[in-house]
Formats: sequence, C-alpha cells, structure tokens
Amino acid sequence: MYADFDLIIPETLDAALAALAEGNGETRALAGGTNMIVDLRARRAKPARLVGLGKIEALRGIRIADGRVTLGARTTMSEILHHPGLAEHAPSLVAQARVFGGQMVRNAATLAGNICSGSPAADAVPPLLARDAEVTLASPGGTRVVPLHRFFLGYKKDARAPDELMTEIAWNLPQAPSAELFYKLARRKGDAITVVGVAVALDVENGVCSRARVALGAVAPVVKRATAAEALLTGQALTPALIEAAAQRAVQEVDPIDDIRASAGYRRHTVHALTRRLVTQAWDRLG
Amino acid sequence: MAKTKTITLAINGRERALEAPANATLLETLREHGYFEVKSGCEKGDCGACAVLVDGAAFDSCLTLTWTVAGRAITTVAGLSEAGTKHPLIEAFETTGAVQCGYCIPGLILAAQSMLATTPDPSDDEIREGLSGNLCRCTGYTKVFDAVRQAAASLRNEISRKKTGREEGGAA
Repeated sequence: MYADFDLIIPETLDAALAALAEGNGETRALAGGTNMIVDLRARRAKPARLVGLGKIEALRGIRIADGRVTLGARTTMSEILHHPGLAEHAPSLVAQARVFGGQMVRNAATLAGNICSGSPAADAVPPLLARDAEVTLASPGGTRVVPLHRFFLGYKKDARAPDELMTEIAWNLPQAPSAELFYKLARRKGDAITVVGVAVALDVENGVCSRARVALGAVAPVVKRATAAEALLTGQALTPALIEAAAQRAVQEVDPIDDIRASAGYRRHTVHALTRRLVTQAWDRLG
Repeated sequence: MAKTKTITLAINGRERALEAPANATLLETLREHGYFEVKSGCEKGDCGACAVLVDGAAFDSCLTLTWTVAGRAITTVAGLSEAGTKHPLIEAFETTGAVQCGYCIPGLILAAQSMLATTPDPSDDEIREGLSGNLCRCTGYTKVFDAVRQAAASLRNEISRKKTGREEGGAA
C-alpha cells in the first residue's frame, strides 16, 4: 500500500490505551479495518501509527445476563448474526447484521468500528439507539459511560477524546412487553450502502405505548432519534391517525441530502413511509 | 519507509516465513510470494475477488494487514482440495458451468466454503447472504447458486458417510 504507517498489535487493553494516549492524535485504533484500510488507501486517513486491537480478549464477547446485553467493542457483525441469544433479545441488531456489507466484511467489521466510523448510514446505530444503548469509553485516566444518543456531535464528530477507545456497548432489556423492527432501504439487499435505515422499538403497558423509539439513518449528518415523533406516541394507545401524525413529525426532524444513492425528497418520503409502516407493524405485534 | 518484519503464516498447510512491511495487505503479501490465485479487484471490500480463508472463515485480503494475521492458517483456492482429490465446490463450479472468465471464482468458492462451514444446508436466501460480497460481471449468478447447492449436498453426504458409513437418505 502506498500509505505509510507503523503498526503495533498489543496484547492488553492497557497497552493499547497507553499507545493511543502517547500518540497525540496521530495514532488511530484499528479494529476490523473495513473502513480504515479503505480510508488509508484513499489517503482520507493519515495516521503515523495504527494500534491493532485483534489480540485484546477484553474487547470481545457477547453477554446476556441480569436483564442486560453487553457486547465487546470488537464483536463482529458475523458474531452478532450467528449468536443464539441475540436473535431473541436484539432482533433489529441481528437484522442489520444480515444486510451489513457482504460476508467477508461481516466477518471483519466490528460493532464499535461501525459506530465510530461516524457514518450517517452506519447500519448498527439505529437498532442500538432504539434500545437506548450506552457506550463505554476508556483512556489511561479511567472509563466513562456515554448514552449513544449523546455520542454523535456532528458529521463524523463524536464524543471521544483522542486518547479514548470504545470498549463496550450495552443496554438494558425491556421490562415491559416490547417489539422492535429494522428496515434498510438500499439499491439491493446485500453489499449496498443504506439509502434510509429505520429502527423502531415500542413497549406496551396497560394498553398504551409506554416507550417509543424511532431511530433514523442516512437522513441527517448523524444517525438520530425522531424524539418529537416518539413523544407523540408515548403514553397513547396507538391508532392509524396517531401513527400517521408521528410519521409526518419524523419527516420534520430529518435533514437529508441529495447524493448518488437518492434525493433528499425521496429520503423524506421514505422516512414517512417506513416510520408509519414499522410503528404499525410493531404495535400490531404487541396487540 | 514502513518498518518490515518476518511474519509466519501457515499458507495452504505449509509454514512460510515472509518479510512484510507494516503497511502490507495480505493480498499484496500473498501475490508477492506467488499466490496468484488470490485476485486483486476493487481493493475496497466490495467485490470479494481477493477473499481467502483465515482459520476457516473468509476475509477480504485487501482489507487485512499482513501483520494482523501472523501465526494464522491461510487458505487460498489452490489449497482447498485435499491432496489427490478435487474439493466438491471446485467440482461443482466446473460441472454446473458456473465459471466463465474465472476472475471472481477463487473468491466465490472460498466465500461459499466459509458460509457452508456455519450453514451446511443453506436456503437460497442464505446463499445470497453468504455470497453478497462477491461480484461476478460475466454471469447472472444462477449457475453459481446451482454449484453451491450441489456442493453443499455433496459435502453433507461426505459428512454423513464419515459418520455412519451410509449415503444421506439412501441405503449403504
């Protein structure tokens, strides 16, 4: 490769954090490489040194216990797709893994890598936002936990300091009956970048929607929740008219662009159609 | 200049100690050492022509830095068949006519092998999922699917023969 850089592959998380800290922002973490290597080749990324995370066992593993799901930062899309417990406890996250890149990309690409790529079209993010996921950021000074919906600050900007590494993604399982759905609209079913991605999660208690999440990908500088649409649904017994109103509100909360994959207008139309469809289907499942 | 070191890889069952710089991709290292069956296509993870097996699972070698797979077992399409035999996937790609120009075929066969390792009896949708990262510009993929279905059946037969000494669904 024409790009020139050094590479270290530490055995422990502490060694990786120390290397990132002493790198003064010139050092970048390397997980699955499916974005990073492409960026290096195109010279969009020019780190002096990469810290390969492949040997650090502390960044791996999927745990579902005590009402909480915890995924190591280096969990791959294939591990999510084939995990026996996630199909029941995180169906939307599994659904996005199924349509994430092609098989070789899924075998390499990691959950934290997808989040930290900062892409507005990152497929894993809408399902995680719909579950109120939190991410753990570690540095030599300690760790902190940040709600994922506060992690993204702007296009390709996030809450990480240069010496911070994402180590874990976790969320609490719903206490009430809950339904979640994900849909990725793209030019074809596999190996395609998302035109619009929508994840919906609804909880029901005493016949009303006690918690609503509508998370939207590829329609704003960051993947975001349509919080005003969620507020319309919360506390209500959902009706077609209410769902239609929420879908219209969601369109007002996005700021899509025209690009080679679709026009901004088509993306707004799709946000409306998919929000209405997924909220309707999720509510029907809870009925 | 990037730093260089000696990396040991078990390529197609044979231990090799290869010099590789820090910025070398596995694709570059393999082709530099004569493994020309590993094809270079898009170099972006879209086309799958460069796929190899790393400990049995398929990865795009263009997106893999050589140093990160030190000590692992690498299989190219030339190392898939056991000595003196033809791997069922290779046999099936030949007999169904799934091969035209051939450029994408090493990657397609290795992606199929990787998928069949976790999904020995795939549905058509699972075949599509498993092969969606491999582009072929000659065919309509129909014969590729035929080949994978045929190879999957013959691999399942092989496994059940080894287990029970009987053909799947038939008399011994």
